[in-house]
Amino acid sequence: MAKITFSLGGVHPDDAKLAKDRPIEVLPLPQTVYVSMAQHLGAPAKPVVAVGDVVKTGQVIAEPGGFISAFVHAPASGTVKSIAPRKDLAGNWMTHIEIAVEGDEWAEGIDLSDTLVTEIPEDRAFILDRIKANGVVGLGGATFPTHVKLNPAPGSVAECLIINGAECEPYLTSDYRIMLEHPKEIVLGAAIMQKVLGGCKCVIGIEENKPAAIEKMRAAVGELHLGNIEVVSLKKKYPQGGEKQLIDAVMHRQVGSGGLPISVGAVVQNVATSLAVYEAVQKNKPLITNTLTITGDCLPVEKMHNYLFRIGMPLSYIAEQAGGVPEGAAKLISGGPMMGKAIANLDACTVKGSSSILYLSEAATRREPETNCIRCGKCAEACPMGLEPFLLNKLARAGKTDELEANAVQDCIECGCCLYTCPAHLPLLDIIRQAKGQVMGIIRARAAAAKAAAEAAKAAKN
Amino acid sequence: MQSTMNKMLVSPSPHIHSAVSTTSLMRDVVIALLPAAICSVVFYGWMELLILAVSVASCVLLEYVITRYLMKAPSTICDLSAVVTGLLLGLNLPATTPWWVVLIGAVVAIGVAKMSFGGLGQNPFNPALTARVFLLVSYPTYMTHWEAPQGLFGVDAVTGPTPLGMVKEGLLQGQTVPQIMSDNGLSYSQMLFANIGGTAGEVCALALLAGFVYLLVRRVIRPHITLSIWATVALVSLIFWLASPDRFTDPLFNLLTGGMILGSCFMATDYVTSPMSVKGGIIFGIGIGFITMMIRYFGSYPEGMSFAILIMNAFVPLLNMWFHQKKYGRK
Repeated sequence: MAKITFSLGGVHPDDAKLAKDRPIEVLPLPQTVYVSMAQHLGAPAKPVVAVGDVVKTGQVIAEPGGFISAFVHAPASGTVKSIAPRKDLAGNWMTHIEIAVEGDEWAEGIDLSDTLVTEIPEDRAFILDRIKANGVVGLGGATFPTHVKLNPAPGSVAECLIINGAECEPYLTSDYRIMLEHPKEIVLGAAIMQKVLGGCKCVIGIEENKPAAIEKMRAAVGELHLGNIEVVSLKKKYPQGGEKQLIDAVMHRQVGSGGLPISVGAVVQNVATSLAVYEAVQKNKPLITNTLTITGDCLPVEKMHNYLFRIGMPLSYIAEQAGGVPEGAAKLISGGPMMGKAIANLDACTVKGSSSILYLSEAATRREPETNCIRCGKCAEACPMGLEPFLLNKLARAGKTDELEANAVQDCIECGCCLYTCPAHLPLLDIIRQAKGQVMGIIRARAAAAKAAAEAAKAAKN
Repeated sequence: MQSTMNKMLVSPSPHIHSAVSTTSLMRDVVIALLPAAICSVVFYGWMELLILAVSVASCVLLEYVITRYLMKAPSTICDLSAVVTGLLLGLNLPATTPWWVVLIGAVVAIGVAKMSFGGLGQNPFNPALTARVFLLVSYPTYMTHWEAPQGLFGVDAVTGPTPLGMVKEGLLQGQTVPQIMSDNGLSYSQMLFANIGGTAGEVCALALLAGFVYLLVRRVIRPHITLSIWATVALVSLIFWLASPDRFTDPLFNLLTGGMILGSCFMATDYVTSPMSVKGGIIFGIGIGFITMMIRYFGSYPEGMSFAILIMNAFVPLLNMWFHQKKYGRK
């Protein structure tokens, strides 16, 4: 049987899953947590507590600031010390709620036991409400509010729920560890989402370099007697875990430019999200914990960790728990080496979607000076969206926005395959990312102008 | 903690890079050309080594001088592309070429065809081929003089005209193709394993094919251009040969003779002067195959590979404009 993978492009970086045999450890609570209001994609949450309030673990401290937004809960019990701007890991200012930790007393109604709750609620609205109230967002990277994604617009039908266990980014092992340690919870989470989506089929996709996870997940599906869930082994190829790529791999369908996965009948959720859904629905436990990996090429394996962290923990605190920043680290990254963000500020705090602190040495991360494009076409061969980065690079440098749009710069998913591949070390993605921003702005402005014109015409008619 | 952070790098993703670089790709091409280069020295003796040495050295030196003193820019010789051009130029010349003709070839390849357009990646025409064609029309006596000196280790030297030349000559004298073949004792195994007249690099088809396979295995190049040239040459010659076996040579003959293997494996697949998309590359290959066969059958030169590649080089910008690869989720 041909191996399941996406059809266009892709690269094969060394997977470097060095921390894969390190079991998940629970991080102790720090003295202070700083909870960002931007834990998710969309509008920042609005604080509902005031300075001086005493909060319990799991209590709501901020409510959604818009339709695409999510609740935020206290990650520890204590006193609210301040509600003030603080720098996130990229150095941008965002409102944070500072809580002086005074213990770990949980709010009422949360099931903290390890008992597996296998009975799935029948009521779809109840499930959705639990997911929303517990602040579940997508943990695969985009942190899109899960209740919105699970509630597609009327008329669109979900045919397949894809659970993303690809973890195609090198180094990262947190998804792998939760699949080993909580397979049943993940599978139940998937079953819950299946129910919400009207009983569509469900495929759990895991890359072939994680055979133990595939086995555990298959066993969990079997033991729970869930017939309509299939665990498939995917070929190891980056970016297998990209939403559009995974849909192509599993369903052989491609989402149109600017379209949503649901337009081809797909809903994609990460394994960590599935675990969070299980906890939210079955245990009424809000999303205040997640797993992150401490890893890198300049770190001995015994200093690597997979940690269960709470949101709001300063990264510097976590780094110190793991033995401090290692000698030889030249770059700190939150996320994987292909799409993660370089950490400019280690005093930034964890958010729901945090997945790693990755230490890379200068040798691993050094960029060579740019030389002439040799027109080898390797960037186009690598692009999983079928774009031609060499062309977009040339057009962007010439400022030709019309041609950039015609050549689909707005479809770029910023996976980094082009820059990773380029033998001439051209900063392809750097330039394309900028051009994409510019073209997206033009597209939005045009749409707004068209809408305004239509409204003006309508008003004139009346 | 903050003092450590001051020393940390912050830059956009991706944070890692593949080990493949322009230099590593060019190094692979040099390695792929080594079997052919070694064969040429074995068959044509130390004179051939001198030609290769003069060619590579003058190409590298010229590129260094032009970048450092004319363009006043950092030298680009470390990317090894000048070595590749030098090797290809040397292999594209007869083993009896005088050293100063080789030097003129290097000036045309590096000075005119490559650096005057802005260096690596900017040239519309393949530098080594441009030089070969320049020398062919400027110094026809040297470029079609196939009397070779003694080979190494007692290997018999190759003398006499190229198979393609014999055929052209014979046809002009009113002979038929089968007559020419048997009169001159031409066999396919000879063509495949070496020992046919031609430029130094064309002496052993098998050595060239070994290099081609190496490039494919190392994923330096993709096979579509080469295969489409071979398919076109085979198809066109099959049609003509079936129509008139007395006047036209057969497909296998055309695939194994002249600059076919060297051109289709190493010159037409040059990154810079071939189309970016697979579709464009296939059309590029079809064009090369067709033009080559037209020149071989109906032109006044016995061999048309170099001309065909250069002509199709000129169409590359158009092919790049017309043909794009399939985009995700778009028609």
